[in-house]
Amino acid sequence: MLVLVSYDVGFAEPDGKRRLRRIAKICENFGQRVQYSVFECVVEPAQWVQLRHRLLEAYDEERDSLRFYFLGKNWQRRVEQHGSGAAYDPETDVLIL
Amino acid sequence: MKKLLNTLYITSQGSYLSKDGECVVVRTEDGAKRRFPVHVLDGIVCFGNVLCSPFLLGHCGDKGLAVSFLTERGRYLAGVRGPQSGNVLLRRAQYRLADDEDGSSRLARSIIIGKAANSRAVLRRCLRDHGERVDRLAMDRALAVLDDCAGRLRRPVPLDEARGMEGQAANAYFSVFGNMILAEDQSFCFAGRNRRPPLDAVNCLLSFVYTLLAHDVRSALEAVGLDPQVGFLHRDRPGRPGLALDVMEEFRPFLADRLVLSLINRGEVRARGFVRKESGAVFMDDDTRKTVLTAWQKRKQDEALHPFLKERLPLGLAFHVQARLMARAVRGDLDGYPPFFWK
Repeated sequence: MLVLVSYDVGFAEPDGKRRLRRIAKICENFGQRVQYSVFECVVEPAQWVQLRHRLLEAYDEERDSLRFYFLGKNWQRRVEQHGSGAAYDPETDVLIL
Repeated sequence: MKKLLNTLYITSQGSYLSKDGECVVVRTEDGAKRRFPVHVLDGIVCFGNVLCSPFLLGHCGDKGLAVSFLTERGRYLAGVRGPQSGNVLLRRAQYRLADDEDGSSRLARSIIIGKAANSRAVLRRCLRDHGERVDRLAMDRALAVLDDCAGRLRRPVPLDEARGMEGQAANAYFSVFGNMILAEDQSFCFAGRNRRPPLDAVNCLLSFVYTLLAHDVRSALEAVGLDPQVGFLHRDRPGRPGLALDVMEEFRPFLADRLVLSLINRGEVRARGFVRKESGAVFMDDDTRKTVLTAWQKRKQDEALHPFLKERLPLGLAFHVQARLMARAVRGDLDGYPPFFWK
């Protein structure tokens, strides 16, 4: 299934940057960055539990916000892309570099 | 059930692959950088001059990704696999069965029946679709040989006889294979199978697609814990993945051969995409190779009904299903090995 993860991290404190990096790192391990703080993660339910758990550990409830959008299994029909920064479909795209 | 995962093919010369967190990072020589999480992949295939960092190789082994190294032209060189999976008892059973003449013959027979039936299906499909453009007489003769072969193998026969029949069936099939090439282009004529090196464009395509098939089948076998080197039909020879070649047999006609045919017949590969060397060997250029890889990846996503499980699944998963059925047959949980019949 595809889960869209987007986040806002509060920058006021000096440790904001660190949280930002940590959250980005976690997301990168599970999906691809489609915009600055938006990640598309194609995950199995078990992987999603892991990803969610790690994110919730890393963020700060007071200052940050995390949003998860569940686009399900047939997500290909539900996503439209315009402009630059085309993403790849990890399930069906042919990955030849 | 396992999910069909993607395979990453690296064809850009001078690329560097490294690990970052859970991701494979690919840096190509032109400075482009792409990253892919490891969990969306089930294998990496590197062509020619591609470097992999040791940490990436270790990580891939750990996560069960098969990394294969091929020459730029697609000949298999080496592979990196993680710790042997599955259990010893299965592998012991496999070795015992391979040493046992009758047992080997039983499995080899199923494999050959599967291959003959699928070869037959490919020929019949061609007769049905392009009956007026092919040499009907020759096709019918080849079909008769294939039928006869499948029929005779239903009864127990010694292993050598079974292998003889396999040879006959393959000869009959390849003798009419050229008939199925309908492209006007004269450079795609097929006079018989040759390899190492392939001497014409069709053989070049066939060899390349067989290598891709071998990579996938081999990783599927390793994933269920079978030893890909010890075959039943293909006997032991150093460096040869006997069992992988065995399980490949049934897939060759409808996956590999038909893919090659449709690439040629639809004009997706052109004669100018092939280079002839002084030695007479024929190789394809980078664009053609990419076309073939793309077609191969797409083909694996096509769904088919599995004749034994009665379930629809992508063809790329069929390797894993067949590997599992093979493991059960080796263990004795199944009476025999049910090959994949393509309709």
